[in-house]
Amino acid sequence: MKFKLPNPGLEDRILSYEQLDSLEEKEAGDRPKWDNKTQYMLTCVGFCVGLGNVWRFPYLCQSHGGGAFMIPFLILLVLEGIPLLHLEFAIGQRIRRGGLGVWSAIHPYLTGIGIASMCVSLTISLYYNTIIAWILWYFFNSFQDPLPWSQCPMNANSTGIVSECERSSPVDYFWYRETLNITPNIEDDGGLQWWILLCHICAWSVLYICIIRGIETTGKAVYVTSTLPYVVLTIFLIRGLTLKGSLNGVKFLFTPDVTELAKPSTWLDAGAQVFYSFSLAFGGLISFSSYNSVHNNCEQDAVIISIINGFTSVYAATVIYTIIGFRATERFDNCLSGNILALLNMFELPEGYITDSNYDQVVQRLNETSPEIIQQLDLPTCNLRTFLSEGVEGTGLAFIVFTEAITKMPLSPLWSVLFFIMLFCLGLSSMFGNIEGVVVPLQDLKVFPKSWPKEAITGVTCMFCCLVGLIFLQGSGNYWLSLFDTYGGSIPLLVVAFCEMFSVVYIYGIDRFNDDIEFMIGYKPNFFWQASWRVISPLIMLVILVFYFITKVSENILYKAWDPESDNFPTLEEKLYPSWIYVIIFILAGISALAVPLVAVWKCVMTKKRDKLHINNIADQIQINDEIKKIPA
Amino acid sequence: MFLFRATLAFAMRTADGQNYNVSNVLVCDETPRVSFWFVVTSPLNSTLLVERRQVEEAVRKSRNRINSAFLLTDNTLEFLGIPPTLAAPAPPSSPPWLIVFGVVMGAVGAGIVLVLGTSVMQRRRQKKKEQTGFEEGEEESRAERNGAASDSVYNLSFSDNDRLTQM
Repeated sequence: MKFKLPNPGLEDRILSYEQLDSLEEKEAGDRPKWDNKTQYMLTCVGFCVGLGNVWRFPYLCQSHGGGAFMIPFLILLVLEGIPLLHLEFAIGQRIRRGGLGVWSAIHPYLTGIGIASMCVSLTISLYYNTIIAWILWYFFNSFQDPLPWSQCPMNANSTGIVSECERSSPVDYFWYRETLNITPNIEDDGGLQWWILLCHICAWSVLYICIIRGIETTGKAVYVTSTLPYVVLTIFLIRGLTLKGSLNGVKFLFTPDVTELAKPSTWLDAGAQVFYSFSLAFGGLISFSSYNSVHNNCEQDAVIISIINGFTSVYAATVIYTIIGFRATERFDNCLSGNILALLNMFELPEGYITDSNYDQVVQRLNETSPEIIQQLDLPTCNLRTFLSEGVEGTGLAFIVFTEAITKMPLSPLWSVLFFIMLFCLGLSSMFGNIEGVVVPLQDLKVFPKSWPKEAITGVTCMFCCLVGLIFLQGSGNYWLSLFDTYGGSIPLLVVAFCEMFSVVYIYGIDRFNDDIEFMIGYKPNFFWQASWRVISPLIMLVILVFYFITKVSENILYKAWDPESDNFPTLEEKLYPSWIYVIIFILAGISALAVPLVAVWKCVMTKKRDKLHINNIADQIQINDEIKKIPA
Repeated sequence: MFLFRATLAFAMRTADGQNYNVSNVLVCDETPRVSFWFVVTSPLNSTLLVERRQVEEAVRKSRNRINSAFLLTDNTLEFLGIPPTLAAPAPPSSPPWLIVFGVVMGAVGAGIVLVLGTSVMQRRRQKKKEQTGFEEGEEESRAERNGAASDSVYNLSFSDNDRLTQM
């Protein structure tokens, strides 16, 4: 594996070991630094642990065979997540530049990688904060008893409840109508919703005050935002375990179904989840790592953070499923008692004749004696497994399923406030990394004049993102958000990660990288790292990228819409995107991914032009010199 | 059963004004489910049945009383064909979420102003220090040059504290 691409001039672009040591001793340089190691670790943990750990992993776990999903998840965590994380930490610490500076230092043609990761960070920052705005809206609304999503509001002349709410459920109505005020399809934009606009401005203001001076302020904010979720998760675990039916949920989550391991989609989803969960290829981690001291043990950090991330995913899944188990049991009990009541009323039987335990026998007996009446009643079948496997992920889990479960617990406002504070902290700490991945490359690209203070730069970035984010506050905002999420944040990241690995191993040189790590932490990385960086991880990335691309391109591009006029309301209706959306999808996914080769080609052309000019000048100079020499003294 | 008939007679009295008695309420077709049919006869003429609508109205009016007589609720005591009227939820005067929003936004706004203010002050202080530091630096280098020019020992007895000769 001695394959290495030629890379002249590398020594000139990066600091040598002596320079690094002297920088370290003098504590010179205008680069910001972490106050202590804890801040650095908490910031990285906060960036990696985000909303995906809470609402994507439990869904994947449950839908891909429960406990058996842990196996591909852990295997891919070790083979894909940890090596990539270590690579990003090490390269950031060595070259001591931000997400863009690192790649342009390794080779000027690779600036495209930095630009691509900046574009992806920007795309994701735009919509991620809208989710935080929704969380804030629910948080603000949690300070009342009864919670507003626990009952349907009355209609205009107080004769009954609103029809849309009656046909679906109070939580659905609150989410789709009172929060989003969603339109039936993506073309109707429905205007700006002022209440969400206020929450949006609030979310960006809170973010601004936390990142106003870069890691100086972020480092202090993470003491709260990274630790509070764990506290709240523990509180919910204790509360959840004391609820009826919670163990049903946990058992359902972890019951292994080993046949799922044979399906490739399980492994693909596990790989994608590991990758996105670690927030790799955003440029934020490289940036954070570059503020460390040179001899910081990045290998240890990578392993610790990976373990914490994996543990948090499993822990959050357990907590979520205790609550989901409670909700499913509650629904099952309601369904059963509704059926029992109908039967008792119909057959004029005394109270207590039919109980939960003899329900099936009695129904069977009644079916034999008087089947027409049973047919007429049209009793819904109550199956606990069906309720448990109403697998919901994403915003549906947090804002519909979980909020419904909360309304059934005693002291609902308290649990609601705690839950939304936890989601807020999870989202905010991830936003720190996203914004870092946007602001630092902008500084490297010298977009802002040097005289501007850091506060102004972060302020302008936040203002810009706030204004562009107004798209997501319209009636159709939720559709736009899922569009951005599906296409803007998936394929470009995979491309960037693959290019990162390839560049470090084959363009920077794995030998030089090994020497760097030996210089920084004192010993060479062992065989596991060598094998994974050179072969295993790039291969896994490539496979995931290809399969992801194929599945995304070949499937029909549909979106799920909330349409009160549709036939099977309240189920979401699948609609086709209009044709102009394909342009937008291409812009989102294509421009970031194509930035890598396009910028390389552009830089190549520029360099050739400059070299030609330079050579011409030298030739002229030599000619002039010769002519001067020829003049007789 | 007696309690039910008495309560219903009371309800009819309240709605109608006439003197209904327990004997005016007739019950039939009891089932083990504790459900039955009942009819109310007029106190004036025991063969004349009171209209359904009037009975419904009476029950509606005194529903609460009937429920509490049996310690039951609208969910556990059902009159077929007489749906319970729902209590309209009182809308709060100002939406409570705006209050919390105001509090949070105010705190964040104050924080931003504070941080920006301190950084502006810091910058001004640094600029001042740079200016005075620059002048001091010049003075010191001048003094060193003067001191280095003479090789002799500096006699402290005749020195005064400022090293520069005053004009």
